[in-house]
Amino acid sequence: MSNEEVPCTDITWAPRVVAFVCNWCTYTGADLAGTSRLKMDPNVRVIKLPCSSRVNPLFIIKAFERGADGVIVSGCHTGDCHYSTGNYHARRRFAILHDLLQFMGVEEDRVTFAWVSASEGNKWQQVVNETTARVQQLGPFGAPQGQKGGAQ
Amino acid sequence: MNELQETARKLLSDGTVNVVIGYESGPRGVRAAFITAPEQADKLIFDTRCVQNLATYLNPRRTQITRLGKAAVVVKGCDARAVAGVIREKQIERANVVILAMRCGGVLQHPESDTPLNADTVSVRCANCKVREPKLFDYLLGELPPEPPVNTLRIEQIAALEKMTPSERWNFWSGQLSRCIRCHACREACPMCFCVKCTAEKSQPQWIDPSSTLQANRAWQTMRVLHQAGRCVDCLECERACPEHIPLSLLVGYVAEAVERRFDYVASDDPSVPAPFGVYRTDDDEEFIR
Repeated sequence: MSNEEVPCTDITWAPRVVAFVCNWCTYTGADLAGTSRLKMDPNVRVIKLPCSSRVNPLFIIKAFERGADGVIVSGCHTGDCHYSTGNYHARRRFAILHDLLQFMGVEEDRVTFAWVSASEGNKWQQVVNETTARVQQLGPFGAPQGQKGGAQ
Repeated sequence: MNELQETARKLLSDGTVNVVIGYESGPRGVRAAFITAPEQADKLIFDTRCVQNLATYLNPRRTQITRLGKAAVVVKGCDARAVAGVIREKQIERANVVILAMRCGGVLQHPESDTPLNADTVSVRCANCKVREPKLFDYLLGELPPEPPVNTLRIEQIAALEKMTPSERWNFWSGQLSRCIRCHACREACPMCFCVKCTAEKSQPQWIDPSSTLQANRAWQTMRVLHQAGRCVDCLECERACPEHIPLSLLVGYVAEAVERRFDYVASDDPSVPAPFGVYRTDDDEEFIR
């Protein structure tokens, strides 16, 4: 299999994106987007967690291993955490995870970190659509190299 | 003969400690020594071949050593940061270890070669060393040698990797990590890996596949390096222990760089300084968050 970066031309392929969201802000924000009938790409699977600091980097690694093409991690804006300081701690971990994933060769656009509050249904729509579009552009996780992700 | 041997002899004969963990000459170069009798103290040596981080043996999981009794450990400045790490994380009590810190002028990258120190032979971790005379010690021994030469190899390799495209980097790491045989020697050699049960061995849920497939190897090293972020003391024992010569120093070196850039933290030899993931600042960088 070739090692060249080829844009994904298979138009039937749609990216699979996993979103790890906090119960108090982003999940409520996503709910608002839904009840407001905002149109969003249907590629995102939402996983609700108590707080963005519940997101273990292993969740993201596992998601990619099991066939996700992109990941969204989202929680309350800093200062708004239901547990006061959870997202401050999460932010530190995500910063290093963000850097390390890039250093290991995962494209930056595959992992989106966002703060979405309960009233930001519009922002959630934007995050979902933009992430899906960017991952669509990148193609399936592992496709060009023939060995990235997926079952081996 | 020298200060180190005298101190070790005194500590053993007056019963302050039961074992001195240090370096001795073995048939295949320098190796770790566990000196339990005062008359054996003259076996102890310290020179540029003393690369190993002996703080690893303070790990309370290593019962074959802890059962010898109270230990004194010979450390270089960089290793003193690992001792500070295990004290900070409440693995040992400060009062239960005697730290024999050696003033250090750098060590070799490949101790088996026993060549003079120069910019090619000195360990990459000695570059711009700030702890040649550590602050954490009970005895500070030896004369302060001149500053070591600077080996810029790792800095250049990391910079070269950063210049690559993501898929080139991905292929680079695929090539390196496909050789991993999952012996976990990197973990066993590490002074800061002391969990009773490693996440890599958990089966419910199984986070990391124990077989040595490329995908599992990648997950394992990503997890190991993330767990070391902000705790790693950059002793590079993981890389030295690796039978497949995977350049783990690049991974830990890159993460250490990121931690310093983002949180202004470098591994400290003061146990009271909190590790960067135990604390936060409200104005931490969040340029990567939307």
